[in-house]
Amino acid sequence: MNFDPSHSKRSFSSVGTRPIRPDGVDKVTGRARYGADFNMPGQLVGRILRSPHAHAIIRKIDTLKAAQLPGVKAVLTAADLPDLTDGDAAMYDILDNCMARKKALYDGHAVAAVAAIDARTAKQALKLIEVEYELLPHVTDVDQAFAPDAPLINDTIFTTGVDPKPDRPSNVSMRSQFGHGDVDAGMARADFVVERTFKTEQTHQGYIEPHACVASVSSDGTADLWVCTQGHFVYRQHCAQLLGMDASKLRVTSSEIGGGFGGKTHVWAEPVALALSRKAGRPVKLVMTRDEVFRASGPTSATSIDVKIGALKDGTIIAADATLRYSCGPYAGAWAEVGAMTAFACYKLENVRTVGYEVLVNRPKTAAYRAPSAPMAAFAVESAIDELAKKVGMNPIDFRIRNAAQEGTKASYGPVYGPIGIGPTLEAVKNHPHMKAPLGRNQGRGMACGFWFNFGGQTCTDLNIGMDGTVSLAVGTVDVGGSRASLSLVAAEELGIDYSQVRTVIADTSSLGYNDMTDGSRGTFSSSMATISAARNAIKILRERAAQMWDILVEDVTWEKGHAVAKGETHGNLPKLSLKEIAAASGTTGGPIAGHSEIVADGAGVSFATHICDIEVDPETGATKVLRYTVVQDAGKAVHPTYVEGQYQGGAAQGIGWALNEEYIYGKDGRLQNAGFLDYRIPVCSDLPMIDTQILEIPNPNHPYGVRGVGETSIVPPLAAVANAVSNAVGVRMLHIPMSPPRILAALEA
Amino acid sequence: MVEVTLWGSLAAAAEGNSKIEIEAKNIRELFARLSERFPRLEPLMARGIAVAIDGTIYRDTWSKELPTGAEIYLLPRLAGG
Repeated sequence: MNFDPSHSKRSFSSVGTRPIRPDGVDKVTGRARYGADFNMPGQLVGRILRSPHAHAIIRKIDTLKAAQLPGVKAVLTAADLPDLTDGDAAMYDILDNCMARKKALYDGHAVAAVAAIDARTAKQALKLIEVEYELLPHVTDVDQAFAPDAPLINDTIFTTGVDPKPDRPSNVSMRSQFGHGDVDAGMARADFVVERTFKTEQTHQGYIEPHACVASVSSDGTADLWVCTQGHFVYRQHCAQLLGMDASKLRVTSSEIGGGFGGKTHVWAEPVALALSRKAGRPVKLVMTRDEVFRASGPTSATSIDVKIGALKDGTIIAADATLRYSCGPYAGAWAEVGAMTAFACYKLENVRTVGYEVLVNRPKTAAYRAPSAPMAAFAVESAIDELAKKVGMNPIDFRIRNAAQEGTKASYGPVYGPIGIGPTLEAVKNHPHMKAPLGRNQGRGMACGFWFNFGGQTCTDLNIGMDGTVSLAVGTVDVGGSRASLSLVAAEELGIDYSQVRTVIADTSSLGYNDMTDGSRGTFSSSMATISAARNAIKILRERAAQMWDILVEDVTWEKGHAVAKGETHGNLPKLSLKEIAAASGTTGGPIAGHSEIVADGAGVSFATHICDIEVDPETGATKVLRYTVVQDAGKAVHPTYVEGQYQGGAAQGIGWALNEEYIYGKDGRLQNAGFLDYRIPVCSDLPMIDTQILEIPNPNHPYGVRGVGETSIVPPLAAVANAVSNAVGVRMLHIPMSPPRILAALEA
Repeated sequence: MVEVTLWGSLAAAAEGNSKIEIEAKNIRELFARLSERFPRLEPLMARGIAVAIDGTIYRDTWSKELPTGAEIYLLPRLAGG
């Protein structure tokens, strides 16, 4: 779609205001319905049996005793889920992850499932299922799995991206490489070089709401799925394919979502719930326990990253090099590839090279986590940048400003940047009062930059004008962070009516055309483009109807601030018609008035942020306390600034938890040791200061209002900002995330 | 005729060519010509490829025209969280 590129000079009436969120009352009064809040008559309780072993061949599964238990209505194994993936390797991995077929590949891998009349019976039935395992050597550490002599997880994996093709399988599924220039020659010219190896541990998105769904398959082959998800259309596609159904016969309705952050972009138990329902002939409700969420949904990668950066005496970075190893669970992934693309994206570099390796481990299948893969790469690079600035003798912020990418810079991952915000965020941080505040004993300040791409994607929207002149907007991107409010603002802006006259709902998969999931910070970006397009289509009809009412040509009617206005010498005396008046007459001017839009919302604008962190470290215990934290980020155009600030704060809070506390801890037996929020500690309100935010607006030229995605970039800098703060506080470079008290003490004693 | 730059891994599968001149008026034609010329690219293309045209990344608009003289850069098709 073509837009007026003059958006940057546009003044707004609704966009940029801060109305109360439409889902707020329901959420604070408990009326909001999440995944587990839906029930159907006659529904059964579904439960899944999971492998206690990290790596084992499944020799035999005997379900007879479980099936004979009174109250059990269905028992399921991989035999009930035939391979219908038709050679699609990625779909086969999803199928195998939902229910292990030949081998259990991690502690928590599903091996069987039951549906019973109540939870007690279902639990009892799981105990009656007899599984015969043949244990295999396992490996859970990314560096150990990378080694040539590591236990082999999948003998069909041959490293791609290398020439010639390897003659034997390994745990490395792919090598990827990006960059330009001559890194070795550049490094040889460097006056100062920093070379370090960094590690980050695996973390979970930590959403409060566990995965939950209710599946109901009818005897006529139609089915319904009520589920908490970031992408109900994608869930429909995947479930329909795995179960051999027509997509149109499966209606998926998304519930309110209690956090997703990428973890609810993949199906886990939903195909199993549908298969149980199909077998039992009754609806099945399946809700993961917290233990299952940790052991069997999709955490992020653990990483091991080598970074080498060289600079000239004048502070110019002359060469940058990184090798990134990312764990991807027991299936092939593309996580290091993203880390390799984002690692040096903030900087203007003549000579840069990044190499990524995807490493299979006996851990859960890695899933996306908010700007997936970028925070770990930023931790490594921004830590090394801080150290290099000190070697050169420059202030870390001036060093970054000197080397920051700008419009026209060739990005480290390839293309040339358009208008971008890294420079402005750095300047804003340099001038922020936070940077000038004094620090006390055992306290340190750190700063870091971050980058994320943002995406668009397939998007479909319906805008319906009621006979009373109020507006219903139906979108297909799940609201994970306030997009219903933002899209109502956009519709109000285009139509020229008040925000209170618009209600936005998330339509189910049978009510709207296909939508990609809400990921890649695309929800507001892409659905606002579709909403603008739908509203403009509705305005065309409103003008036609007004022309009818006036009996003049439609070309003589314009739309101004919510009204049809007659133009021209002979029509100037006609009183303008409001949207409400035109809607009231719609029954006699041609029927309902609506605008529709189906688009591919390409043209997302890349996003940059710079963060500042003050921290205090107790040198006796290694305990840390975040004293002050500031986020500065480019939003392009903040549609609902309060939500934008909330995204900035949420990403920072998650990043701080990742930096200081959160990690998956595996025992030597390959079993997860801390599958619960008591032992896997995410930050709570009392752990954090108020996170200060500053919104910058460098418009995205490809969006009619200049909007960029804002949901993910804010998690990219915190790992490095906190690490730089801790390193400055204790005088030792921190190389391993999370910087838990034992790890800080170990670094101090090393 | 447009000049297309391939990222490192893609270049390896295109007989080491990091820059290719190709006759294509839009993204759809570009993918078709690349597959014909370098069959080893097909597995990588099946995984998904995005096209950056003068810095703007297009993932799905295969009808997008490739202007002569534009910077055209092939990238992996990524997912977010």
